[in-house]
Amino acid sequence: MVEQGTTRVKRGMAEMQKGGVIMDVVNAEQAKIAEAAGAVAVMALERVPADIRAAGGVARMADPTIVEEVMKAVSIPVMAKARIGHFVEARILEAMGVDYIDESEVLTPADEVYHINKQEFTVPFVNGARDLGEALRRIGEGSSMLRTKGEPGTGNVVEAVRHMRTMMSQMRKVQGMSKDELMNEAKVLGAPYELLLYVHEHGKLPVVNFAAGGISTPADAALMMQLGADGVFVGSGIFKSENPEKFAKAIVEATTHYTDYVLMAELSKGLGNPMKGIEISTLTENEKMAKRGW
Amino acid sequence: MKIGVLALQGAVAEHMRMIEMAGAEAVAIKKVEQLDEIQGIIIPGGESTAISKLMNKYGFIDALIDFSNKKKPVFGTCAGLILIAKEINGTDTVHLGLMDTKVERNAFGRQKESFEVDLEIKGIAEDFRAVFIRAPYIMEVFRGEVLATFEDKIVAARDGHLLATAFHPELTLDPRIHRYFVEMVKEYQS
Repeated sequence: MVEQGTTRVKRGMAEMQKGGVIMDVVNAEQAKIAEAAGAVAVMALERVPADIRAAGGVARMADPTIVEEVMKAVSIPVMAKARIGHFVEARILEAMGVDYIDESEVLTPADEVYHINKQEFTVPFVNGARDLGEALRRIGEGSSMLRTKGEPGTGNVVEAVRHMRTMMSQMRKVQGMSKDELMNEAKVLGAPYELLLYVHEHGKLPVVNFAAGGISTPADAALMMQLGADGVFVGSGIFKSENPEKFAKAIVEATTHYTDYVLMAELSKGLGNPMKGIEISTLTENEKMAKRGW
Repeated sequence: MKIGVLALQGAVAEHMRMIEMAGAEAVAIKKVEQLDEIQGIIIPGGESTAISKLMNKYGFIDALIDFSNKKKPVFGTCAGLILIAKEINGTDTVHLGLMDTKVERNAFGRQKESFEVDLEIKGIAEDFRAVFIRAPYIMEVFRGEVLATFEDKIVAARDGHLLATAFHPELTLDPRIHRYFVEMVKEYQS
């Protein structure tokens, strides 16, 4: 019997993206640059996070015209963002044939309590997380891939580092726990017990976990890989840099050869200016996207 | 016996786990120099365009052609099947051009059309759970043997020391195809 949208098919798709770079693009031309640089997928958006930040107001799902334009331009998978909890935006993206949906804090949340019940979809979802509890809640809802939230559109890697380190450290702790302690830990983290048991037994998440939110140089990408990321999302970092083609290629190579420092020194020469970036402490609490999602 | 998995991008760890389950030692191959230490190689699933860019950049094209010319077995899964094919439908692009096949990319549709199904694979299994993810298929096998079809499309084939599947045998815990490849490597070693 042929089965579609199974957990294995949805999670498997993310497995194929491992070791790769997923790039934010806003039109066909950028999508082609990303594909030519060796991106494993593109995220089709109306604006990159840095511009969403600058524009203010309510950020919603992109105009389907842009998503379609990108889907026609490249043969690699195309992802698109729906607002947190906005299952109708997600259904529209699914109907369009988008390969992966990002239920994203970069957009303005549509629901302040519930995330989308992703189990019911055939298309797989990626979600952001800051810690293990949040990660396991999203997997419980049916997410097939995770990423750190970081702080999108800042070009500042510090929050992605914090989220990845937190998750890795919590997983090591859970792995070392006695089984007697797991139910209480599930309560403390707000995580489903069965998924916590999986982490205890395997020392890792049952899905792929990428880094996202503030990665803007080849060294940033390699740093996240060394901290345990399976791959990286680069949002504003490529097309807000001085030379997108060069940055895109260099970040792809650094993600593959993330411990080859001689190579990375070569890759990092003469790239031009990366995106300008924002110091996190200058953001007000309301401006922090990582706080969206529960 | 050591079997490599090309580790530029894609589902590397899963293949390594399956090679170990099939009783051989697995090595992640990131540099061409490492090809000397292995007797066979798996080119994994991933994004064929991304893997191809990195293969070109790091000299893997000539090195893997040379590896195959020495009759050391090569197994391509999904993207790997595309990378070892001699012809890709609708393009002039050839990556490694090892296996005398013509293939079609993303042939079953986009991700929401991806699926899993039980397949009969000649000489390997009668009921192999095959996971197809934005999968290609083989339009024609010009030389060699068809091992499996799905809805009349060729999804597994072998030509001597070359093996290809459109699906992902590394995503299940069934090591039969990897065991078959390990036997192939043994065969060509002697």
